[in-house]
Amino acid sequence: MSEIAQKQKEVEYWRWDEGNWKNSDIDWKKAKTISAGVDVGSVSSQAVIMCDGEVYAWGNTRSGYNTHESSNKVIAMALDDTGMKVGDIHFTVGTGYGRVKVPFANKAITEIACHARGANFMYGPIVRTVLDMGGQDLKVIRCDDKGKVENFLMNEKCAAGTGRGMEVMADLLKVPIGKVGELSFQVDEDPPPVSTTCVVFAKSEALGLLKSGWPVPKVLAAYCTAMAHRIYSQVMMVGIEKEFAITGGIAKNIGVVNRLEKELGIQIYRKTKWDTQLAGAIGGALFGRALYEKQAKK
Amino acid sequence: MITAGIDMGAAFAKMVILKDGKVIGKGISKVTLDPDEAVQTVQVAALKDAGIKPEEIERICVTGSGRKLFKNAHVSVTDVTADAAGTNYLDKTIKTVIDVGGEEARAMKVSEEGKVINFAVNDKCAAGAGAFIEAMTRALELPLADFAAYSLRSTQKIPINAQCTIFAESEVVTLINELVPREDICRSVHEGISERISSMAKRVGIEEKVGLIGGPANNHGLVAALKNSLGMEILVLPEPEYVSALGAALIAARKEEG
Repeated sequence: MSEIAQKQKEVEYWRWDEGNWKNSDIDWKKAKTISAGVDVGSVSSQAVIMCDGEVYAWGNTRSGYNTHESSNKVIAMALDDTGMKVGDIHFTVGTGYGRVKVPFANKAITEIACHARGANFMYGPIVRTVLDMGGQDLKVIRCDDKGKVENFLMNEKCAAGTGRGMEVMADLLKVPIGKVGELSFQVDEDPPPVSTTCVVFAKSEALGLLKSGWPVPKVLAAYCTAMAHRIYSQVMMVGIEKEFAITGGIAKNIGVVNRLEKELGIQIYRKTKWDTQLAGAIGGALFGRALYEKQAKK
Repeated sequence: MITAGIDMGAAFAKMVILKDGKVIGKGISKVTLDPDEAVQTVQVAALKDAGIKPEEIERICVTGSGRKLFKNAHVSVTDVTADAAGTNYLDKTIKTVIDVGGEEARAMKVSEEGKVINFAVNDKCAAGAGAFIEAMTRALELPLADFAAYSLRSTQKIPINAQCTIFAESEVVTLINELVPREDICRSVHEGISERISSMAKRVGIEEKVGLIGGPANNHGLVAALKNSLGMEILVLPEPEYVSALGAALIAARKEEG
């Protein structure tokens, strides 16, 4: 096989950027409470380590088949180059689809609670409605100014409107997932959407459209519009109270976010310095700190 | 009089040619990315099978989700209308018809005269139709013919939790990695889709005798799982993939008389 063909074979279009980060300005050895949140999803896993409620380090990776392994891998990524070990963490909260399988967690807390709490940290107390698009689910959460859940809707049965749905399309159209958003705007006007209810149907429709001569950006626009519409109908079931913020990987996809904003008719609150995939793990780490300090008082 | 019924399905186009109430030719063609292709090839196949020329067909009735693609029809009817007519012609004692297609599934209560009394449709979710099984044959790397036989050899129940084709594909890959025997996975796939088809069918109220049509009805594993989900006997009509096209051909003949 030629070198070019070999290289093309290795490109995985759905693969979003995995990584880790630490705040070198914090000396963890001086921290009173070191807490961690580990969010193990079916598609991705994140770990966030906090020192006294401040983010110290985090890791973000694709989940493997084994949730034990995913937990261990992602915490190791967060701990990398910090000199800290798992044993130094005072309290770990496990969450996400695999929350009951984080072997070193002290407690498991629901992903809904963790996402609301995490969004409150990331976007501030003005956030009242959180949309989280996970790898294999879609959540709309109404919360108060402390990040406490008041109402929610979660769909985890259907790929439409989830990260997986977007991965499938990126792979089909051979577009790196990080580029989907900007590419979808290279159209004169938005075409009618493909199936808004099923990714399998949307996929066949997309293939048909490509075959009939539609350029890739136009097909992407049709799919992003379909996703936005799907999300819109889920959001309206719970209702919106401003401010409305988005967490999860899809928040990074302007192709969907901008179209959703248009359909909702309100401005989406986007101000955060944190990677939007960390919401669940951040929430977990905050709960961890609170639980540890409550425990320590007794 | 010679009439033809064309069922433009999502996965396959089917055509049945009738002469004075008897089937004289049939054709089936896979729908590719170019939808007009199947429209052409199915006609060529059916005409050849019947040994007649296109001009000999007097009336054409078209049905199926892609029926708008066929421009020369005299009559166009919905899938449930064609299903009911075709099933009734073959067996008048059938009171409930379940039609599992490539991308859609439907259930209907039919009268003794073959008219639709009530119906339910799933056209929003691939996991309730043939597309689900097809996706799993790819995940398991098993041809469909073997898929059915494997499922019937299963020795244990390993549930697939995912309700969605896309999620189930990943779940199946996980099961394969956990070394779950493929026989058990195949059975689980059939059980999953049967649950969904049964739920839909129960919405119309099931009354025996129940008839099953559509291409996936050729899958013995699926039929076994459906009988189990419904808790009753199901009659698979002969050449189930053609029953809707047959119904359309019969309707074409009827309208001429009326």
